Amino acid sequence: MSLGSVPLKYKISIDRDQCMKCMRCVDNCSYGVYRIEDDKILIDSRRCTACHRCISMCPRDAISLQEKPVDYRSHPLWTAQAREDIINQARTGKIILAGMGNAMDYPIIFDRLVLDACQVTNPSIDPLREPMELRTYLGKKPAKLEFTKSDKGDIELKTELSPNLKLDTPLMIGHMSYGAISLNAQLSLAKAVAKTGTFMGTGEGGMHESLYPYQSNMIVQVASGRFGVDINYLERGAAIEIKIGQGAKPGIGGHLPGEKVCSDVSCTRMIPLGSDAISPAPHHDIYSIEDLAQLVRSLKEATEWKKPIFVKIAAVHNVAAIAAGIARSSADAVVIDGFRGGTGAAPKVFRDNVGIPIEAAIAAVDKKLNDQGIRNEVSVIASGGIRNSADLAKSIALGADAVYIGTASLIALGCRVCGNCYRGLCPWGIATQQPDLVNRIDTDVGSQHVANLIHAWTLELSELMGAAGINSIESLRGNRERLRGYMLDEGMLKVLNVDPVGA
Amino acid sequence: MTIDAKGMHYTPLNKMIRQAVASGVREIVIDNVLGQRFIANGLRSNVRITINGVPGGDLGMFMSGPECIVHGDSEHAPGNTMDNGTIVIHGSAGDAVAHSMRGGRVFVRGDIGYRGGIHMKEYDQKRPVLAVGGTTHAFLGEYMAGGIIIVLGIGHEVAVKDRGIGSGIHGGEIILRGDIEDRLLGVGARKVIFTEDDLNRLSPLITEFCERIEVDPSQFLDTNYTRIIPASSRPFAGKYTWE
Ligand code: SF4
Ligand code: SF4
Repeated sequence: MSLGSVPLKYKISIDRDQCMKCMRCVDNCSYGVYRIEDDKILIDSRRCTACHRCISMCPRDAISLQEKPVDYRSHPLWTAQAREDIINQARTGKIILAGMGNAMDYPIIFDRLVLDACQVTNPSIDPLREPMELRTYLGKKPAKLEFTKSDKGDIELKTELSPNLKLDTPLMIGHMSYGAISLNAQLSLAKAVAKTGTFMGTGEGGMHESLYPYQSNMIVQVASGRFGVDINYLERGAAIEIKIGQGAKPGIGGHLPGEKVCSDVSCTRMIPLGSDAISPAPHHDIYSIEDLAQLVRSLKEATEWKKPIFVKIAAVHNVAAIAAGIARSSADAVVIDGFRGGTGAAPKVFRDNVGIPIEAAIAAVDKKLNDQGIRNEVSVIASGGIRNSADLAKSIALGADAVYIGTASLIALGCRVCGNCYRGLCPWGIATQQPDLVNRIDTDVGSQHVANLIHAWTLELSELMGAAGINSIESLRGNRERLRGYMLDEGMLKVLNVDPVGA
Repeated sequence: MTIDAKGMHYTPLNKMIRQAVASGVREIVIDNVLGQRFIANGLRSNVRITINGVPGGDLGMFMSGPECIVHGDSEHAPGNTMDNGTIVIHGSAGDAVAHSMRGGRVFVRGDIGYRGGIHMKEYDQKRPVLAVGGTTHAFLGEYMAGGIIIVLGIGHEVAVKDRGIGSGIHGGEIILRGDIEDRLLGVGARKVIFTEDDLNRLSPLITEFCERIEVDPSQFLDTNYTRIIPASSRPFAGKYTWE
């Protein structure tokens, strides 16, 4: 007996009166929705992923797309998604793979937090005429500074400072590996961070040669698979990040399917062509905080203590205690990736159900580190679902030093969050290694868009700070007074350490 | 040049090694090593370092080129993510020996702990080798993506009697002296016959290893081995379906 097929997810139609038969839609859709027969464009809507490539390239605005053209009998428990997943698994017996971030309808805490502004007694600051200090240093800060006075009377700093990363804005681009995304996508991001005085992560796939010119703006990643990791790679990075976990799939490893391991990816990752690139769930030399400390120190020792070492973990319920352990492992920054974090591929059940929101995680970590008197031992970087400058400002007010953005930077490159990254056919040239698709990204234009985004958010952040009477990012960090909770329950307000509106 | 490491912290010790290498020294002897970690980490050179004592964890991690000879045991993960060079341990070593090693060779005369050769990988001309004279604990060659592991089992009834050999292996090969019970193989690992061709191919390596650990190679130059290889280079290819 056949289960038949699930109804169409999307329906594409062409307004034939508008269409001029330029065939751009046919050329642009890498999923094969369009084909030509007898000079007529035929449509197979079943293949559509709603990536919007054809729609954005149609010169006549002739294409329209409808979501869920066929209704199911409505039911509050057995949603269309629940039913489709069951049909899919009943047919295949396999784990459902999904792309991008958590697609469940959980309440978004950021949207229930409001920022404060000054009025009469404590006037706001106009960033047009007052300097706003957004410079951010990531790494350990000394608890106090000691000086010595030389015989000649010169004052010299006696305290030995740990290496820090210097950012012009508290906003970086998170780790998306070569393999998961294309080289042109990585290059666009790299040029953008170099332009805007910030950093991006290489992801766990090593560093391709063409990124070397931007290496001083790159954070190299060491994941359990150790792909592309050798001493040259470690020395290239401005900082090194140990990836323990990821918000989209806490507790499990990574896996780049062999189809995506083309010759360039294989040589950057230093693995055979076409073999699966498997990052096991744990690092097999880390089974405790003491082992983590060993890897942190090992990386420091290998690079002669010149680089800050970050440790990235997924936001899970015990995140505050883990972060405190990381702070004691001699790491310089802890990266917390919330459950909205994106990914090229994750088992759907993990993406949608495992982990906790970044807002709660950051607040809990900030509180724990402060309570233990070790907040200065480590910087805190928030990531996972940061959508705009308000999320950025709120993250900092909750206790982050800086944020990583991932999906937002890809949207600036054209991504329409269609969630099919794992198929390797991304029509925008982002999550693909197919040369014709990769070439769709002009890295100069792409980098300008990403740089514009960073610049725009930085401007907005200055305005938000000015409105709150704050002229230095340091004064916003962990500043719960500038936040109020709206329609959040008492328990959540307590975790966030934020008062409700009106209080 | 000789360094007395007695009571010395690892950072100054490594600094001395680096300085010596930078000034052109090609032979270093370190005496009284007792648990100093990270010796020769990330070191690029063709220097030969003789270690008298017991080095701590991550000996030669990220190392690219040197030869480290250890007269004593070693703590865990010697050769971790090593790029090139040789580590010879004349005693036994701890867990995760040669973890993610990408090139070079780690020779251990005695036994090693758990997860030996885990996630070893190869690329292009780089084909790392882990050779063990004694035996190993569980999860030998787990997630192995390339390279060669050889275990001779000297002084033991069978070369390896712990489970999980080659679980998730998707590249490379594991060569064990004698026969191995099927139940000890991990998921994705497959046993094949060790042929004359294999012997011809591996004889130089077996000979060199035996000479390095000072045992007579002739007793090991036969086909009395089990060869374990991946069932597939794409172990997870059939596990997923699309959303
Ligand atoms: S998959 Fe994308 S390009 Fe193809 S029809 Fe759908 S929206 Fe258009
Ligand atoms: S891109 Fe638009 S105008 Fe061109 S063929 Fe397609 S639908 Fe017609």
